[in-house]
Amino acid sequence: MPLHRKHLLDLDDFSRDEITQVLDTAESMSEILDRPISRVPTLRGKTIVNIFFEASTRTRVSFELAGKYLSADVINVQASGSSVQKGESLVDTLRTIQALGADMVVMRHSKSGAPYLAVEELECSVINAGDGWHAHPSQALLDLFTVRRKLGDLEGKKLVIVGDIIHSRVARSNIWGFTRMGTRVVLCGPATLLPQGFEKMSDANGLVSIELDADKAIDGADMVMALRIQKERMEGGLLPDLREYSALYGVNRKRLANAKPAVIVMHPGPMNQGVEISPEVAYGPNSIIEEQVASGLAIRMSIFYLLAGGR
Amino acid sequence: MRGETPDLLIRGGRVIDPASNRDEVCDVLIQDGRIEYVGSGIGLPDGAAEISAEGLVVAPGFVDPHCHLRQPGYEYKETIATGAAAAAAGGFTTVCAMANTKPPVDTRATLETVQEVASAEAAVHVYSLAAITVGLGGKQLVQMGELSEAGAVGFSDDGITLASPAVMRHALEYAKRFDRPVANHCEDPALTGDAAMNEGPVSMRLGLAATPAQAEEVIIARDLALAELTGGSYHALHVSAARSVDLIRGAKDRGVNVTAEVTPHHLTLTDEIVAGRWEPIIASLRPYDPVTRVNPPLRSQEDVRALRDGLASGVIDCIGTDHAPHAGHEKHVEYAEAAPGISGLETAFGALMQLVHGGEISLPQLIERLTQGATVYRLPHGSLAVGAAGDVVVLDPEREWVVDAAAFRSRGKNSPFHGLTFRGRVLTTICDGRVVFDLNEESVETVGALGI
Amino acid sequence: MPDNRRDLERRLLDADDVRRALTRIAHEVVERNGGADEVVLVGTHTRGIPLASRIARTIAQIEGREPPLGELDVTMYRDDLDMKMDSPEVTPTSIPVDVAGRDVVLVDDVLYTGRTVRAAMDALNDLGRPNTIQLAVLVDRGHRELPIRADYVGKNLPTARDEEVRVRIREVDGEDSVSLARVGAVEGR
Repeated sequence: MPLHRKHLLDLDDFSRDEITQVLDTAESMSEILDRPISRVPTLRGKTIVNIFFEASTRTRVSFELAGKYLSADVINVQASGSSVQKGESLVDTLRTIQALGADMVVMRHSKSGAPYLAVEELECSVINAGDGWHAHPSQALLDLFTVRRKLGDLEGKKLVIVGDIIHSRVARSNIWGFTRMGTRVVLCGPATLLPQGFEKMSDANGLVSIELDADKAIDGADMVMALRIQKERMEGGLLPDLREYSALYGVNRKRLANAKPAVIVMHPGPMNQGVEISPEVAYGPNSIIEEQVASGLAIRMSIFYLLAGGR
Repeated sequence: MRGETPDLLIRGGRVIDPASNRDEVCDVLIQDGRIEYVGSGIGLPDGAAEISAEGLVVAPGFVDPHCHLRQPGYEYKETIATGAAAAAAGGFTTVCAMANTKPPVDTRATLETVQEVASAEAAVHVYSLAAITVGLGGKQLVQMGELSEAGAVGFSDDGITLASPAVMRHALEYAKRFDRPVANHCEDPALTGDAAMNEGPVSMRLGLAATPAQAEEVIIARDLALAELTGGSYHALHVSAARSVDLIRGAKDRGVNVTAEVTPHHLTLTDEIVAGRWEPIIASLRPYDPVTRVNPPLRSQEDVRALRDGLASGVIDCIGTDHAPHAGHEKHVEYAEAAPGISGLETAFGALMQLVHGGEISLPQLIERLTQGATVYRLPHGSLAVGAAGDVVVLDPEREWVVDAAAFRSRGKNSPFHGLTFRGRVLTTICDGRVVFDLNEESVETVGALGI
Repeated sequence: MPDNRRDLERRLLDADDVRRALTRIAHEVVERNGGADEVVLVGTHTRGIPLASRIARTIAQIEGREPPLGELDVTMYRDDLDMKMDSPEVTPTSIPVDVAGRDVVLVDDVLYTGRTVRAAMDALNDLGRPNTIQLAVLVDRGHRELPIRADYVGKNLPTARDEEVRVRIREVDGEDSVSLARVGAVEGR
């Protein structure tokens, strides 16, 4: 089935078939990554521009390598430090990119919805590499890919996302990605950091629930995802302090004892070890945190491949 | 711009004048810029022009108690002349400009500048409010006596909420002496923060910083309590939340001296449109389109329903457009960075006719709400009483037209209604007996594609 | 469905013809390379792989030693990405020896436009620098779009563009045969 999409902006309008196709294609890309020489010429002659208005090493390098393994020309524009600080607007920067003649633009921006403005300005494909609190679709797809390899069918499984969900684009994209695959998603954290309303959204299919008590939330979980806690949240009065947070919501061995024995532990990184996740869990046998990084390459190659062919 | 005008006979229309309880087919005669006679069997006086209004509605020119004309200081967004032209095209013959210009209208000198420009250049009656506090700073009261004497019709720091309860109390008390209302923009700044939209499922989906309806309700509740305490005259600007309507109803029942307004956009749009998803009428907007960004933000369906009820029952006294024109580049940015506001004068009547066609409010009621802004600020407008200013609008409630923001007379093209087909159009606007807008004389280029 | 299709087909090679063609190719490979010590047989997916395997076994009978046998996936080397939109089915690439300095014989079922062979040569070059790359095909049906010719051909089949060559190989399809079918209104490709 073809992926009739030019852009990847959000997962909330992806069907189960479309997600499956991205994951299946990523399996093919994994096959290439296992070869002694992983570079294939599929996107030779295509130009991919990585434009990151917000610092990120992990995601940018992952997109960059994925493009290079497919033989695309990859250009990195570091937008956060240069013209933007001189007062150049996003639209000005986008028009410059348009003039460069890119085939695909990978964009990270601190404002929710900024990629939709990019779609308006650019003729090429736009891939959202994270916008504000809104979406980080490639991260959710790589999370889905990694756990599907462990668990197979995700229908009826239980995922618990613990932490600062209201400010998390990773959580939002995972809510859409996992519910679309039939997974129950439990959002857990202090009420100051939990979004309201996903429980009632019709396109979440009633699969989302809220639980303030981490021990209850993790009970019987197949997957637990811990999110990074930002120190700013305490200055904003949303949290008393990190010690209390860790005591109530930290993902540690004792808390995981309530989950399924083969529970999978994820973290989108970068981790505050000892705060939202304990080191013994982060590096323990249930953790797939390192595999998440490796899956990122295959997923991003899959995204490039499908968007290049899918117009 | 005003001078000798020929007499005008508007013949055969359905004349709706809520102020005099009139709703009948008859004629309206304007002589020397004033309403001379309303009734049947008027002969055409010598030298008078005649407008046939058969099958059309004739009403008092609309009164907008709340618009932003941007002059002085932001002429790239709008001028008093372009804003007044937009008002005329929207059927408004009287507008009240807010004080948040640059400099703000907080001195007699600035107020007189606005008045001089208005009398020289504006096609319609332009009144101005003055700020409540010096520099809109929220602390020191302006010279309310001098500003009242100079013609300020009320006081408001609109755009910014007057946050201090003590300053609000003192403003309400002090303004009593001059019989001028104090009007507040009701969004608690601490609860609102840097929110870009209403808090609810849509903001949760979009990941935008959001403000709950309660941020409005706490300020309205507080202001009503202070109005009750002081006996001062209070006007709630652009009410947007369901519970705010309840609070105002309760205060009115207790005899508190309060009036309230609501905007056409809060009556017709919900926050779903920020996600580009609102099915009933709009399909063309993308998610995060900054034309939907406005303060207070577009709320939920439940709020819209309550606002419509409040409008129909009279708890909400009048329509205020909160016409807030912006330049293109101020909207062509990330959603949260966009200047809040909607250019609303030219779409108000067309948008609100949805309520009439939907049976939620009668046409006479709508006309009453579109003229009652005059009573809020004690203005001698909004009626067809003999001797009143010859401010008349001719309407076709059935005429379909397509909103083309590019063709607005306003410099602000920022409209979420762009591209929509409305049923109900202003055909002719007459101010002081002069025709200041006539659809028939507009070329298609300047008015937009008209679906006739 | 298979029965329907067969009705429209003209059978050109049967199992014995296929066997004889592969045996001849095996002999030609040995003769041309002065033995098979440096030869590596590389099949392309899907039917090239069993064909390469059979040629290797025949060479073993001639030379007493079976040459190394590999498989090559060329999916991501194709140049028609803009035209196709399906998910790629990438299969393993695995060659048990270093191809550098060896005589690599690519084995495929049908030689047509030459684009698959071009992709295969690109894929091979990514793995190392062979001494020679040779091409063995069961059927050459003509209509080349690139300057490519086969070194070993089982059967030259003059065809029209609207005809379809159907190769069936026992390991994949349950029988050995080559047929020609006219692609008409009934079925299209």
